[in-house]
Amino acid sequence: MVTNHETAHMVDHEAEANDRVMFGFWVYLMTDLLMFAVLFAVYAVLHGKTLGGESGRELFSLPLALTGTLILLTSSFTCGIGMIAARGGKKNLTLLWFGVTFILGLAFLGLELYEFTELIHEGHTLRSNAFLSSFFVLVGTHGLHITSGLLWMAITLVYVIRRGLNSHLVRKLALLSLFWHFLDIVWIFIFTIVYLKAFV
Amino acid sequence: MKELLLGKLDGNALPHEWFTIAGSISFILLVIITALIITRLKRWKWLWNDWLTSVDPKKIGIMYFFVSGFMLIRGGLDAIMLWLQQALSSGSSQGYLSADHYQQIFTAHGNIMVFFVAMGFIFGLINYIVPLQIGARDLASPFLNTLGFWLFVAGVVMVNMFFLFGGEYAATGWLAVAPLSGKEFSPGVGVDYWIWSLQISGIGTTLGAINFIMTILKMRAPGMTLWKMPMFTWGSLCSMIMAVTVFPLLTATLFLVFFDRYLGTHFFTTLGGGDPMMYTNLIWMWGHPEVYILMLPAFGVFSEVVSTFSRKAIASYTSNVLGMIGVSVLALSVWLHHFFTMGAGANVNAFFGVMTMIIAIPTSVLVFTWIATMYKGRIRFDTPMLWFLGFVVIFAIGGIAGVMLAVPPVDFQLHNSLFLVAHFHSMVIGGVLFGIFCAITYWFPKFTGLKLNERIGRYAFWCWMIGFCMSFIPMYILGMLGATRRLDHYDASTGWQPFFVLMLIGGIIIAIGVALQLAQILASFIQKNRLRDTTGDPWNGRTLEWATASPPQFYNFTVIPHITTRDAFWEKKHHKLPKPAYEDIHMPKNTAAGIYISIFAFLVGFGFVWEIIWLVAVSIIGIIVVFVVRGFNEHPEYTITAAEVQQLEETRARKDLAVSRPEKHDDTDEDMGLWQLIGIVFGFAKDVIRNKRWRKW
Repeated sequence: MVTNHETAHMVDHEAEANDRVMFGFWVYLMTDLLMFAVLFAVYAVLHGKTLGGESGRELFSLPLALTGTLILLTSSFTCGIGMIAARGGKKNLTLLWFGVTFILGLAFLGLELYEFTELIHEGHTLRSNAFLSSFFVLVGTHGLHITSGLLWMAITLVYVIRRGLNSHLVRKLALLSLFWHFLDIVWIFIFTIVYLKAFV
Repeated sequence: MKELLLGKLDGNALPHEWFTIAGSISFILLVIITALIITRLKRWKWLWNDWLTSVDPKKIGIMYFFVSGFMLIRGGLDAIMLWLQQALSSGSSQGYLSADHYQQIFTAHGNIMVFFVAMGFIFGLINYIVPLQIGARDLASPFLNTLGFWLFVAGVVMVNMFFLFGGEYAATGWLAVAPLSGKEFSPGVGVDYWIWSLQISGIGTTLGAINFIMTILKMRAPGMTLWKMPMFTWGSLCSMIMAVTVFPLLTATLFLVFFDRYLGTHFFTTLGGGDPMMYTNLIWMWGHPEVYILMLPAFGVFSEVVSTFSRKAIASYTSNVLGMIGVSVLALSVWLHHFFTMGAGANVNAFFGVMTMIIAIPTSVLVFTWIATMYKGRIRFDTPMLWFLGFVVIFAIGGIAGVMLAVPPVDFQLHNSLFLVAHFHSMVIGGVLFGIFCAITYWFPKFTGLKLNERIGRYAFWCWMIGFCMSFIPMYILGMLGATRRLDHYDASTGWQPFFVLMLIGGIIIAIGVALQLAQILASFIQKNRLRDTTGDPWNGRTLEWATASPPQFYNFTVIPHITTRDAFWEKKHHKLPKPAYEDIHMPKNTAAGIYISIFAFLVGFGFVWEIIWLVAVSIIGIIVVFVVRGFNEHPEYTITAAEVQQLEETRARKDLAVSRPEKHDDTDEDMGLWQLIGIVFGFAKDVIRNKRWRKW
């Protein structure tokens, strides 16, 4: 009887901690969003300052950006399915779907790096003008977030393989998936404001 | 090869000017002496286990006080140096500082006072008091809290690092306005130190703020609704919400400055399409709310103190809380009043001018609730109350000056004059710093178990008050006469020198006040038997922190209280307390992860300052590794069983009984006077020398 009571006490304690961490992570995401807000505002101010150089319309490739967008959106979907599997305690399915998410994320990152290197090869670097500075920093910051998300995912998956799906790791995965969806939303804004708007 | 290993760092970077040599030597001596004393007392293990790696918010709070107190003296010395230069440097005399050195001093003074004194003290207070006031045992994330503290320490070290390497701090003013802070105009490492000390401590602040929002919103004792929260907790909540709103802006902006300097981007440069005024906008979008982030917890402190010492509940709790919320919301929409002269146009200036004037309304509501609380209260004039009254006077003067500055045409005259400097010092010293002193005097019994010496405390207060008026009222006048800020030399024909001399004398009186505050703490510890607080409630307090012992057990509350009213403890005192039923308590384990991450973060900053790329790479990997090891540790807590709790409580009770005094002294006049203290210190020194006691040490 006593042990039952104590277990219940522990479960309560853990549920409360979970609730707090989730809430805290939301607050963190909002602070991250504000950082992106600054970068968006800076891009909005500086995107016309090309100093006679080429503007976004000439530099960007819409098919490339659209491919990247679709890949990232799909990865958000697979991440969601992975989360359902994780909550159901299905270890192999979790690994599979998060593995797919990881590969899609990597593909997205590859496309972005390809775009950047192409631009730099053509002599359009972040030193060229204020427009390119703000472009590289805005999109690059998103890319850096994707990179850290991938790193986080890889490490968590290694732990899932080693320790199995315990409540601690499911919580980690839940935070990770929040982060991943958040990056997806930020990307939708980047796609709209940076890429689509350049062709309007 | 050398470039690869050491970047830009070479022999020239070592100190070779009098102030860097003096600074380096004193810092190194301080470290060596501290280390020697700790080794001699065999306290390293104790220091590491009980303090440095502790996740107890009470201990972290105390550590914040130590660091910030130290920085207060460091920044205060800067202030005296500035005043001395201004008092000397009139007409043919150029004073004793070069223009460049003078600029570095006022930059460092501003950064240190805002980031490492005011912020540190405020975070220390929130750490210590908020969990106690809301009836929590620890914070939502104890790890984030220690990490935030150690990042703050890394920032402190970084801001003083220029003494040792580089020899120059930023000479750009505390906000490093663009394009002056760009590589073109500030090629040295000073601005880089500025960037990284603010960046590292700023990220710590964001993490700390997230943590306190989680704690206040999710960990209040059962029954404590938002509208039953103590006012200091309300002030802290408002402040922390503002911090998470604006500190990300600082982080992003600092990164952009960093990119401008390192990667050659064109955000705030004059060339390449950059926009320096965008920097001014971004930095003040953070900078203005920052002042309120400091101010709101101080408002909370004053609300607590005025109601305790008037022995009355605060007049209109609702207006008070709404006032604080109003200030926080409005504070986000006034930043442009810092640069009306930018030329944004009449309508934009009018909007921000009006918003700034409107913010005076919730602030006045607060002041009126305090005054109304005193009305018909049975007021006790203990030192916390003196600090409060001093605050009301100075804050009112500064506030009126602020409303004047909010009128754009007036601002065009007074922009960047000493009038402005006097205004914001009235707010930050009279408001924030007096709030901090008030809070420390008020809660000192909670921190240490003893009340502060009242008599020397009164002397210190009057030194501060008189010194402040002597330094800053002439400053208002000088500003009106046309003296600009950041002035290292002025013409003799202006006739300003007497005012500047008066300001220097005021500064010296303030310095005496600081010395008296240190004496006050020393005297209190000498008379600790007399001043000991065994009740846990020395002021007849109203809120929950006074329900714990002084100092509280590490788990704060044996039993988490159930709250039914505001002023929970006040109500409870008038009913019989139920006998505690002990239960198991879960507490977080100590961790050194915050220290390791901060060391690596410091090295990242240091590496970037000196362009040592391998160091940056290694340190970033280090941060990731520590995060992973810590993040996947599944057992960060331990349990104290009910039996152990009972034992701890009973030991504590026995100890308290043994030291409690037979009769209670309520008359404060028996506190040790200044001369008596000097006599004791002198006698002690004589004893040491005459009996050669140092040999025993």
